[in-house]
Amino acid sequence: MNGVAMHIANGIVNAQVSAIFAAVAAAALAICVWRGRADLDDRLAPMAGLVAAFIFAVQMLNFQVLPGVSGHLLGGTLAVVLVGPWVGALCVSTVLIIQCLLFADGGLTALGLNITNMALVGTAAGYLLVAGLLRILPKTPRGVAITAFVASVVSVVIASQMFVIEYALGGTTELNLTTIAGTMAGAHVLIGIGEGLIAAVTVATVARVRPDLVYALRRFRKTASPVPAVPAPAVGGVA
Amino acid sequence: MGAGHAHPLHLDHDSRLHRLPAEVKIVATLLFTIVVVITPREKFIAFAGYALLLVGVVVLAKVPPLWLAKRATIELPFVLLAIALPFAGHGERVDWLGMSLSIDGLHGAWNIFAKGTLGVLASLLLAATTTARDLLLGLDRLRCPQVFTQIATFMLRYLDILADDARRMRVARLSRGYDPRFLWQVKAFAVGVGALFIRSYERGERVYLAMVARGYSGRLPRPEGAGATTADWVRSATLPIAAGAIALVAVLA
Repeated sequence: MNGVAMHIANGIVNAQVSAIFAAVAAAALAICVWRGRADLDDRLAPMAGLVAAFIFAVQMLNFQVLPGVSGHLLGGTLAVVLVGPWVGALCVSTVLIIQCLLFADGGLTALGLNITNMALVGTAAGYLLVAGLLRILPKTPRGVAITAFVASVVSVVIASQMFVIEYALGGTTELNLTTIAGTMAGAHVLIGIGEGLIAAVTVATVARVRPDLVYALRRFRKTASPVPAVPAPAVGGVA
Repeated sequence: MGAGHAHPLHLDHDSRLHRLPAEVKIVATLLFTIVVVITPREKFIAFAGYALLLVGVVVLAKVPPLWLAKRATIELPFVLLAIALPFAGHGERVDWLGMSLSIDGLHGAWNIFAKGTLGVLASLLLAATTTARDLLLGLDRLRCPQVFTQIATFMLRYLDILADDARRMRVARLSRGYDPRFLWQVKAFAVGVGALFIRSYERGERVYLAMVARGYSGRLPRPEGAGATTADWVRSATLPIAAGAIALVAVLA
């Protein structure tokens, strides 16, 4: 394994702020466990595992932003579209916990910070956008793909700004926050575009071949026109 | 990852640490890391003490130091951040070799370097001595919600499926004489990602339904009576207790 650490390490943000965010993350995850249990049926359980594995794989792609601060794909929006907000947040946090324990990526004491940024704020922003956009856009594979793209870009940038807020609250060294905020936002717009393309392509294929697996389309199933369940030869127009 | 037992950071041999139940190792690593992080950064001697404790753990776990050092390079990006801090930091500055360095930045650099390195080494030692299967079992015994262990179990299994299917699809594409590597051929990559997802899902779904048919109810069977004994807890507690004692002495001194 020749990967590099991507998540916040021990000692970047001070102990008090880390503890506060650990409490926030624990409380929010408790709600997700409670709400997610009802969602996790025979179809969603293997899907949740696959989404987590997929996110794990795409998080391996990461880009240097500043010395010591790298950006990477988050995968929260993909999770939200395929397994819903509660299980989605659980998937991303599972990835973060396993990365921390088995791959030494992200500090154990910074786990609360990392979960808050990527699993909670990232997925929540993604979910709100997906829910809102799907009201306007057609409930077709193409509509879902556009939704996934836009939601990915915005949620990745918002999640990156959470790091800046945490650093402002408890950074162990005084740095120019405007610079950090600007660099993080700029880099994450680019990362968001990359992530958006991957999410859009994946979601469009799933919506075309197995529309029953797309959680975000469940609400519209009765009203939406039946999506042809024939595997299309190519994913057109999204990449 | 042979049948979900090993992972890239696991060191497959036998030692006292390998035999300890995973739950006590997780708790000991967590407590040790917390002690390291809350230690004030000026207490240099305390960090030396923690490093010595970890050397003891390395000896007990029979982990080759070079093996460990190689894997600790995962931390490099944060070391780079640490090097940048003395130049970018604010406040009082000192001159050293003609360079103007911020004192706060120097302290910050030391803080990130020391706490980051000790944390990474502790996590690496946990990973080196614990298989993925044992880790999940340990989390389960620590009353981690079943939803988590269930997702994590599937995730570790699916990682293999994803890698396998990706390799198979690549071979299939190459054997048909197509090797997309330019930007205008990105569509082949994109279609491949979507197809990979669906293929892996359908393979995984079959596996899942087969598991359900054989009585799987969201939790893998636990070996009877293999939980941590009081002696295990006491033995593993020596690491965080020793670290706590070092911290206390350093702060009081």
